[in-house]
Amino acid sequence: MNQTATNTPALAQEGPSGALVYTTGLVLAIILTATSFWAANTSLIWAPGIALGLAVLAIAQMGVHLVFFLHITTGPDNTNNALALAFGVLVVFLVVAGSLWIMGDLNGMMPAAGSMRMPMHH
Amino acid sequence: MNIAVEIRDVAPETLSTLLPTASQAGPAPKRIVVGYGFWIFLLSDIVMFAALFAAYAVLVHATAGGPAGPQLFSQVNVAIETACLLVSSYTCGLMALAVNSRRRGAFYVAAVLTFVLGAAFLALEIREFADMIARGATPQTSAFLSAFFTLVGCHGLHVAVGLLWLVVMMAQVAVKSFQAAVVRRLLCFSLFWHALDIIWVALFTVVYLMGVRA
Repeated sequence: MNQTATNTPALAQEGPSGALVYTTGLVLAIILTATSFWAANTSLIWAPGIALGLAVLAIAQMGVHLVFFLHITTGPDNTNNALALAFGVLVVFLVVAGSLWIMGDLNGMMPAAGSMRMPMHH
Repeated sequence: MNIAVEIRDVAPETLSTLLPTASQAGPAPKRIVVGYGFWIFLLSDIVMFAALFAAYAVLVHATAGGPAGPQLFSQVNVAIETACLLVSSYTCGLMALAVNSRRRGAFYVAAVLTFVLGAAFLALEIREFADMIARGATPQTSAFLSAFFTLVGCHGLHVAVGLLWLVVMMAQVAVKSFQAAVVRRLLCFSLFWHALDIIWVALFTVVYLMGVRA
């Protein structure tokens, strides 16, 4: 198999369209970042919904970075990379969501603030 | 392509010789193996950051009477840091294109731009840390600040290591030119640099943007 024709995470599609791919990614990332900073400061959005909106924008931007900068796609040459990414995302989700769930639960079982000095109070 | 028609005409036992399996095709090129291995390392690094993010999210309200996020964070500073890192990720992509087409001049321009933008990011972050510590918001002040300095400092440390790596790669290109091994290392470097930008996206969202609202 020809080395230059194969697909690797970064430095994949060499050729005239390479710069266009990176520029597209940059423009999309700038739009998403600007929207994030706007959403964090606006009073137009229902305040409790802002955190969820920011999380969605961040996940979208990570997707843009993965596709346009790291060139992780669903192409046939990229199966191993995409599978490893899927496993990584699973572990990240378990660590973050599991920690928040368990620690939130523990906090909920603590005596009310005031009756005891607590290291963590929400 | 009417390859399906051709396959239907051949006997089943010759089918395996017609379509070689992965093992018959021989080992993958070293470039593919190196990229895959480094990708696995980056994912393990991201899992480590996930643990730090989880610790930060659990401890974000444990300010122990000390200052909280809204009193400490400057959104303008974070916006400039984000812009520096995003554009440096872009110039790193252009550097990868220059490496692929073996253009040394374009490689040096893109590498120096990437370095300058990364160094500007790091300088802004160090200034922010120094400013916070000068105002008494040290890592010892509260669990929130311990988690903050660990999470953001760990990312900053990765950026510092990346800058050092980039200098080494520029020196290697100067001395060895675009040898196969040097090109593979440059592939790993650009993967590393793009991964750091992905972590920064999560970081500025969770720490700074959600932090100034709280």
